[in-house]
Amino acid sequence: MMSKITPQNDNVMMGLFALAILTMPIWLMPIGASYPDLMQKFAIFGIFAIGFNILFGLTGYLSFGHAAFLGVGSYTAVWSFKLLSMNVVPAVIFAVLVAGAFSFLIGFISLRRSGIYFSILTLAFAQMSYNLAYSVLTPITNGETGLQLAKSDPRIVDAMFVEVGAGIPSTNFFGIAMSGYSGFYFCAVLLIIGFYLSLRITRSPFGMMLKAIKSNQNRMSYTGLNTRPYALTAFVISGMYAGLAGSLLAVTDPLAGAERMQWTASGEVVLMTILGGVGTLLGPMLGAVIIKYFENIFSAFNESTLNNIFAFLPDGLQDVVVSVVGLFVGEGWHLTLGLLFMVIVIYLPGGLVEGAQRIRAYVLKKREKKSATSHQPQIAE
Amino acid sequence: MDTLALQLLNGLDKGGAYALIALGLTLIFGTLGVVNFAHGALFMLGAFCAVTVQKLLTISVKVKDESITFFEAYKEVPYLETWFGETGTIIIDYSVPISILLAIPIMLIIGLVMERGLIQRFYKRTHAEQILVTFGLAIVIQELVKANFGANPIPTPAPDVVAGSANIGAWLGLGNTVVYPWWRLIYLAFAAVVIAGVFSFLQFTTFGMVVRAGMQDRETVGLLGIDIQRRFSIVFGLAAVVAGLAGVMYTPILPPDYHMGMDFLVLSFVVVVVGGMGSLGGAVAAGFLLGILQSFASMNEVKSILPGIDQIIIYLVAVVILLVRPRGLLGRKGVMEN
Repeated sequence: MMSKITPQNDNVMMGLFALAILTMPIWLMPIGASYPDLMQKFAIFGIFAIGFNILFGLTGYLSFGHAAFLGVGSYTAVWSFKLLSMNVVPAVIFAVLVAGAFSFLIGFISLRRSGIYFSILTLAFAQMSYNLAYSVLTPITNGETGLQLAKSDPRIVDAMFVEVGAGIPSTNFFGIAMSGYSGFYFCAVLLIIGFYLSLRITRSPFGMMLKAIKSNQNRMSYTGLNTRPYALTAFVISGMYAGLAGSLLAVTDPLAGAERMQWTASGEVVLMTILGGVGTLLGPMLGAVIIKYFENIFSAFNESTLNNIFAFLPDGLQDVVVSVVGLFVGEGWHLTLGLLFMVIVIYLPGGLVEGAQRIRAYVLKKREKKSATSHQPQIAE
Repeated sequence: MDTLALQLLNGLDKGGAYALIALGLTLIFGTLGVVNFAHGALFMLGAFCAVTVQKLLTISVKVKDESITFFEAYKEVPYLETWFGETGTIIIDYSVPISILLAIPIMLIIGLVMERGLIQRFYKRTHAEQILVTFGLAIVIQELVKANFGANPIPTPAPDVVAGSANIGAWLGLGNTVVYPWWRLIYLAFAAVVIAGVFSFLQFTTFGMVVRAGMQDRETVGLLGIDIQRRFSIVFGLAAVVAGLAGVMYTPILPPDYHMGMDFLVLSFVVVVVGGMGSLGGAVAAGFLLGILQSFASMNEVKSILPGIDQIIIYLVAVVILLVRPRGLLGRKGVMEN
């Protein structure tokens, strides 16, 4: 494992990460997760969580409003499809820029406070955007129906170059349709770039500054340093990641709804980050994959599949087991999620990465002890 | 004028609910220093106490319907009616007030179990972790309720006597245009009584005095040989009861569903922040203030000038307050001012 932080080790990690992401369709096959729709979700929410971690993991500012940036990204991307072109490149670029501007605005105000006040401010802004998206901004967001593509959309750029087809055109990357595996690889490449950037940020002097803000902001201020621009930069960067993730959601499925901006959605990305490991590089990605995977698996269960699984039990027992397990799967998947959340925060606040490190440390210690005891007599003599 | 009066009542009503939840949140924060994101879930559990009582009271038996003679017909009649006749019907009618009696011990137990079982592990942890674990707990409670009662709102009507509306305008000589539902008036009075009860409990009893002393300086109170921890745990139970009662009484106004807690929680937090973290008076004042502001903002005259203002007014006020006066309206100096 990565025992020391050196540029070589970082490069190795980067290479392994890229390899793991690009070969996902192969090694996810045995667990039945290798179809593009799900892997797109892995990549998209991986980006979201990695970006969130730049704020929460490095600076310690817990934002409860990041779903708003995701939503803004989605809306921007869909508008770009409607007005300009079905090409995904301008959509992604615009989404990132707009989400960045939006997060600058919110971050500028929210970051004047820290701790729980910051969390509540971001929550307030996110709820505000959510409520507005449902009510006054309906001309832009199309309210409850969600923003959709229509055949009558202008698509100015496309109209100049491409012949108008019969149905609603699909999103494409210079002619390559963004559905199925090509959609996944598009997301995957952006994920790898996003991961690389987050790695560079973490290792940079700027990243050190963010960690210093987390460990003791007062002391930083006493040394005469204004920490706010640094925190704001981190906030905007993570907002842009969220915008990117939002635009990719629109790329793979050109539809944007306000429910993406609800604060429970913000809670989900917090959970992903915590589950994997706050402040670690690989943790958020890991958390995103695990949660999306289990969401997919668990919510697919229903009573009849459960009855099939537990058919080997005696009848009375089978009913009991099915009804108990049924609480946690299918519709009740959120219950499992909530329990997981609590267990992780209570017992493993550092997430799975910390858990792995603890096990590793334990094993190493045991090995050391063993070798120490075997050497003991010789030393005694 | 009439619409203004009505909106004022609406606002006071909503404000009553906000104030009751925010009061509990502030009590918990002021005593234990814990940020409880599961408080909305307690409110919702209170509402579902009323639902449970209603369900229990109306457990029915199938009896033959004598009024239909053409064929064998059966109808469902609650056991209570078959046993007690008219009295039974009245008891069922009064299910919401009756559930208050049940909700008090239940919410107290839930609160104490929650504090001893979970919250006490989090005194020393960061606020972020407290938020996260109680957020998880809120999801769990919510999903359990959903699994038991379904996702649809369950109507729990108020007793027939107070089902109609009161003609307030006639009392005050304003004409017959100010008409307001009885139950909402009762809710307002109830909120006032509970708030007054909590305040006098803290102000005029020895227990309350110790708790207030503990909020000021926990260590010194501990040095005086008082087990302040035990008292704070009871305060948590008390806060749960207040939230639960607010929920029980709110059921005739809004048929409870499993996510009503979350909806109220976000607003109540904003209320606490506006009032001042750890200030009980501030929480109550801000609760009513924001309730009234919200209902005024939802008037058509206001909305035609500033469209959408009713959706965001509370958040907007919170943002302004936090930036201008971070300790809140009535917050003490130095409490969470950073």
